[in-house]
Amino acid sequence: MDMNVKKKKLGLKEKYAHMTRGLDWQTSYQPMEKVFPQATFEGIKIHDWDKWEDPFRLTMDAYWKYQAEKERKLYAVLDAFAQNNGHLGITDARYLNAVKLFLTGISPLEYVAHRGFAAAGRNFPGVGPRVACLMQSVDEIRHSQTQIHAISNYNKHYDGFHDFKHMLERVWYLSVPKSFFDDAFSAGPFEWMIAIGFSFEYVLTNLLFVPFMSGAAYNGDMATVTFGFSAQSDEARHMTLGLECIKFMLEQDPDNLPIVQKWIDKWAWRGIRVLSLVGMMMDYMLPKRVMSWKEAWEIYFEQNGGALFADLARYGIKVPECLTQCTEDKEHISHQAWATFYQYGGAAAFHTWMPNDEEMDWLSAKYPNTFDKYYRARFTYWRDEAEKGNRFYSNTLPMLCQVCQIPMLFTEPGDPTKICYRESEYEGEKYHTCSDGCKHIFDDEPEKYVQSWLPVHQIYQGNCFPDGTDPTAEGFDPLAAVLDWYHFNNGHDNLDFEGSRDQANFAAWRGMATKNT
Amino acid sequence: MAVQALKDYKFSPADAQEKFHGAQLLYVGWDEHLMFCAPFAYCLPPNTLFSDLCQKFMAHSFGYHPDWKSVDFSKVTWLKSGQPWQPDMSKTLAELGLKHKDVLRFQTPGLKGINGTCS
Repeated sequence: MDMNVKKKKLGLKEKYAHMTRGLDWQTSYQPMEKVFPQATFEGIKIHDWDKWEDPFRLTMDAYWKYQAEKERKLYAVLDAFAQNNGHLGITDARYLNAVKLFLTGISPLEYVAHRGFAAAGRNFPGVGPRVACLMQSVDEIRHSQTQIHAISNYNKHYDGFHDFKHMLERVWYLSVPKSFFDDAFSAGPFEWMIAIGFSFEYVLTNLLFVPFMSGAAYNGDMATVTFGFSAQSDEARHMTLGLECIKFMLEQDPDNLPIVQKWIDKWAWRGIRVLSLVGMMMDYMLPKRVMSWKEAWEIYFEQNGGALFADLARYGIKVPECLTQCTEDKEHISHQAWATFYQYGGAAAFHTWMPNDEEMDWLSAKYPNTFDKYYRARFTYWRDEAEKGNRFYSNTLPMLCQVCQIPMLFTEPGDPTKICYRESEYEGEKYHTCSDGCKHIFDDEPEKYVQSWLPVHQIYQGNCFPDGTDPTAEGFDPLAAVLDWYHFNNGHDNLDFEGSRDQANFAAWRGMATKNT
Repeated sequence: MAVQALKDYKFSPADAQEKFHGAQLLYVGWDEHLMFCAPFAYCLPPNTLFSDLCQKFMAHSFGYHPDWKSVDFSKVTWLKSGQPWQPDMSKTLAELGLKHKDVLRFQTPGLKGINGTCS
């Protein structure tokens, strides 16, 4: 007698249906709107959550298998790196400062992204995006961990790697990326998805990760390359989630368009401001350059981003207006940002330096319209003065932008010889911004940005000294107290690369590895 | 447009003047001297003399620049919030009507920074 044998395994499609969509239920003790209070207040209208398409159709069981495999490979490479003194294989100890910037400025944000996607996953009533957000949330904490583990190898040997978590919440330049994520996380789940899922993960991610990872590869940093590869396949999923999310919002209701457009405008601009840090890293901090910031911007933003916005045009989405400014800014921001870190290098947890002649020639060739005209004389003057023992460190705190929190270093559109000043007034109080883009963001939600924790103002309020400090005591040194509060090792983590402990140690250890004396 | 929020959304400004222990913030930028990457932020008592601002505080901040010794304050032109403004050196910030978080720019005609590049 023939028996009808039951199939033991589900097909992929059935499995996806059971293990994602099938996990949903309607609440009975409480109305759905009380269980998901954040789903409506932003004004986004969703009529049918089942219309959400997940192009990856990934289920949790498969997810764990893939991720476990990636982890095994990654940690094998990291072990080998540690055992073979991989840190001596980098091009030059100056390169380490790019890694410090990544660890302090980017890795903690991966952790905030983990929290944000966990919250978005909790707050969306639709099960499709909930599962996708859960996976991204787990990805993000994995990225944060793998980065910390990879970079911890450098912490054994070099300065400035020791307390990134403490620094994120205090240090003046780290308030720039921190405030970006705080702004997104304190918005509703839909704005979070546009801010991080779309603008950051889709529009700008190539400008963040490709420069750092290619920079690592060009400069012999196999630890960073490895975590970069390990994260890359996750990033592809994140980009898809961001794009799917924006399309879903736009397809669900025509009323969503102006809200989504407003968020794209805001978050594209905020993201671009944060990327100034990447620009200076590419043009100044990599001993072996990959490409210039301007070239990266042209490839990854103007060409790729242009194609994306062409695709979104059918939904009525327009290229953010503030981006016209970027065509001009791409010629300037990396030089302006590096000049800023150079002069405030006494208060940074990494080293700064002036480019040598060969590097200046490279900058002239890459920036024929601007470098010689506006920046070369300034940098040459600083270098000459440093050689005379008169290295420039600014001794007064800078004015900051109320929105992006970057010092007011950007120049007026059409006139790179003058600082761009913008001013708003809200409830009798003045607020200053660095650009039309940031002013527009402030004016749209002033109640939010009046709360900005601006490091310079906080220092002046006396909130950035170690407990028990008496600022009225004789001989009180405010800068030393602030650096102490930041947990900087003053004299080792900061100041010029020339004469630093990193420079001396790297030279000595590499010498031991390559010479007999 | 107001913030979209689940509850009443009202917070006091983080940088109200009363948080600065009797002092006020004043920002000063030197036009066409981008060696100083951004305007400086000063936290000063309202009874600070404007001459002290120029001769003590600004001299300390801007003095590294080779143009600083050529600055002639009788010829300097000033902007407050981008509009022409005329200080009296012998008066205090309060007497001059300078409020918390006001921004001043000063221009030094004839001085164009390192090699004339506005640096």
